[in-house]
Amino acid sequence: MTEVTKKTAIENNPLANEKIAVEVEKLNLFYGDKQALYDIDLQIPEKKVTAFIGPSGCGKSTLLRCFNRMNDLVDIARINGEIRMNGQNIYQPGMDVAELRRKVGMVFQKPNPFPKSIYENVAYGLRLQGINKKRTLDEVVEWALKGAALWDEVKDRLHDNALGMSGGQQQRLCIARAIAVQPEVLLLDEPASALDPISTLKIEELIHDLKKDYTIVIVTHNMQQAARVSDYTAFMYIGDLVEFDNTDKIFTNPSQKKTEDYITGRYG
Amino acid sequence: MSSDKKFFKGGQHWVWLNAGAISISIIMVVGLLLLIAVRGLSHFWPAEVNTFKVKEGSSIELVMGEIHNFEEDIQDGLEREQYLIKTGNRDQYGIDFRWLDLKNIEETSVDENVVVLERREWGNLYGYIKSISMDGKSVEASAENLAAIIERANDLHHEIREIEAGEIGSINYALEELRLEQRRLELDDELTNDALADIEKQKSDLNQEFLSYQDNLQKLYADIKRDTAEFELIGGQTRTVNASMMVRSFQPNAMGVFSKIGHYFSKIGEFIFDEPREANTEGGVFPAIFGTVLMVLLMSIVVTPLGVIAAVYMREYAKQGPLTRTIRIAVNNLAGVPSIVYGVFGLGFFVYFLGGSIDELFYPEVKPSPMFGTPGLIWASLTLALLTLPVVIVSTEEGLSRIPSAIREGSLALGATKFETLWKTVLPMASPAMMTGLILAVARAAGEVAPLMLVGVVKLAPTLPLDGNAPFLHLERKFMHLGFHIYDVGFQSPNVEAARPLVYATALLLVLIIILLNIAAIKIRNNLREKYKSLEQ
Repeated sequence: MTEVTKKTAIENNPLANEKIAVEVEKLNLFYGDKQALYDIDLQIPEKKVTAFIGPSGCGKSTLLRCFNRMNDLVDIARINGEIRMNGQNIYQPGMDVAELRRKVGMVFQKPNPFPKSIYENVAYGLRLQGINKKRTLDEVVEWALKGAALWDEVKDRLHDNALGMSGGQQQRLCIARAIAVQPEVLLLDEPASALDPISTLKIEELIHDLKKDYTIVIVTHNMQQAARVSDYTAFMYIGDLVEFDNTDKIFTNPSQKKTEDYITGRYG
Repeated sequence: MSSDKKFFKGGQHWVWLNAGAISISIIMVVGLLLLIAVRGLSHFWPAEVNTFKVKEGSSIELVMGEIHNFEEDIQDGLEREQYLIKTGNRDQYGIDFRWLDLKNIEETSVDENVVVLERREWGNLYGYIKSISMDGKSVEASAENLAAIIERANDLHHEIREIEAGEIGSINYALEELRLEQRRLELDDELTNDALADIEKQKSDLNQEFLSYQDNLQKLYADIKRDTAEFELIGGQTRTVNASMMVRSFQPNAMGVFSKIGHYFSKIGEFIFDEPREANTEGGVFPAIFGTVLMVLLMSIVVTPLGVIAAVYMREYAKQGPLTRTIRIAVNNLAGVPSIVYGVFGLGFFVYFLGGSIDELFYPEVKPSPMFGTPGLIWASLTLALLTLPVVIVSTEEGLSRIPSAIREGSLALGATKFETLWKTVLPMASPAMMTGLILAVARAAGEVAPLMLVGVVKLAPTLPLDGNAPFLHLERKFMHLGFHIYDVGFQSPNVEAARPLVYATALLLVLIIILLNIAAIKIRNNLREKYKSLEQ
């Protein structure tokens, strides 16, 4: 990223009126010798939807996985720079990663429910916290399933195996599972890419409802989807954060040539 | 294109080759099972007892017995056909069997009155009832009266066994415990006069009790000998048999099909549920069945957690590098070590070192006779657990590696630690693979004999490893095993010819038990698979 673009980004700060939930500063990530993210500086606004777009392999999923330290699972991944939540660097030594992941929920590309009942899937995170009281669990499960717009479809078969649901339902179950532990931030990694258009629509509506309560970061391949659901959009290209701005601005009047080329479909 | 070319080009010849190989395998397995089943199961069917008139030179002799086998051979350029006859009456002839040349047999007849008497000693008796003495009075020499005295004797015999094995066994066990207790106190220098008096009092109580049972037994022993029967053998000799020596009698030549079927099943029942008699060549194999199953269960209890823990460590926690790879290869190769080597290891490490140390540390009072420092059930189970450990490790590892990373990530993303993810999600999902490992382990362990001969199996165990005396499960005891029983009966028996059908029957039983154990494990695995079937996609 050139000096000029950085300056522009700071001068025309689109987040002037927003509360900031997560701050990324000078984040570099290496897979072995290969650098995957270059000096990322980014601020995620609270209770808004922020979309990461960009061509395949640009590092948007990698960046997303930095927010809940999922990259720790990759042996060869190395990180420097900071990501701050509530003023605390989540990469500082001694950080309780499990606690962090409880505060930063994640939904993956492919629905990955556990081979347990629907009820147990949603209760999983609570049981991890040692909450085993039946009444509390019942309440939270119902609340989370309602929150994920799934309650009406499954309330009569809560104890059936989650694997018997359709793909779209499974993905909403994963969202319910994530919000059941009441995270502050919800990371969505291409949550609709494996789903049919109707299920996708439901997920998008759900995202719209969820942003009242959660800070949402979504990675998507689908630009229309980014345009429909997000308030802010970050465009990434080969490990660089090229442009970050209001979604409207990115899609109508991007300030970077690369962004424009991508939006208009010249590559990607 | 000619049809020949098409045949080869389409790979049809490979298909035929494969199908042929599979057919041969199946035919061999089915043939083997059929052979064992036919030979083993036909043993219990009551055979006809023939009377042969045999002429050798100028002398004529009558021989009575069951046709056991038929053989053709060539001797001095002449073809010879001969029957192997089970003549029984070992006390008369010295052996149970006799070869008869077919051309010497003048006449064969079947007499309905022939009685076969199974005895507790000397094998079967073939002959005619001559007289029966019941309660000192002579009664009619009929099959019914014979059956009546046998039934009475069997009831009494059962009663005696019950007292001997049950009550008196318990008293002996308690006395032995007291002796050890006294010795222990002595060794610890805590044998005060009070303690000694207490022990002596308990001892004399037990002895008192023992004497009362002893009286009872004496009466029963006298009672069981009350009746006798006299038989006339085929050569004209007579033999008197005491009822206490009889097990059962039947008249095979007079039996209808239904009574033969009844007899057949009662013999099978005896085989499965009774204890062996006559150096294992008669009676049943229940202690061996019991020992086999108990040992396999104990082995499973040991090998499953051990193998699973090892596999989890190697797959999930150990750093994947040259060292881990080497260990993995070593583990896989352990499965190829000959089982007798495990037996030697078990004897040296488990029995002498571990068992000896346990005796030294915890049971110093049993000296000089060892308690754990001698082959026994626990050491056999541990040795087999070691033998089958690689199988469980390998299949558990495979199961773990098949769990999609998406599931693990899903769990971690909800704030689970690595251990919680393993415990709550990964391990349950890998449980079918663990069961597969266990199934293979059971199949291998149940059929293993060689190492067991070194670490705990005996020809005849006086007591079962599970009984009514606390602590009920006696892991240090020696036990009987079907596989060893086959070897013993087939090759170490004083009466090989008589025992051979039992070898087949026991082999069949062993196969059936392994199949049953496997079916049980497969059922459990299928239930688990059903529960976690996401993986199969």
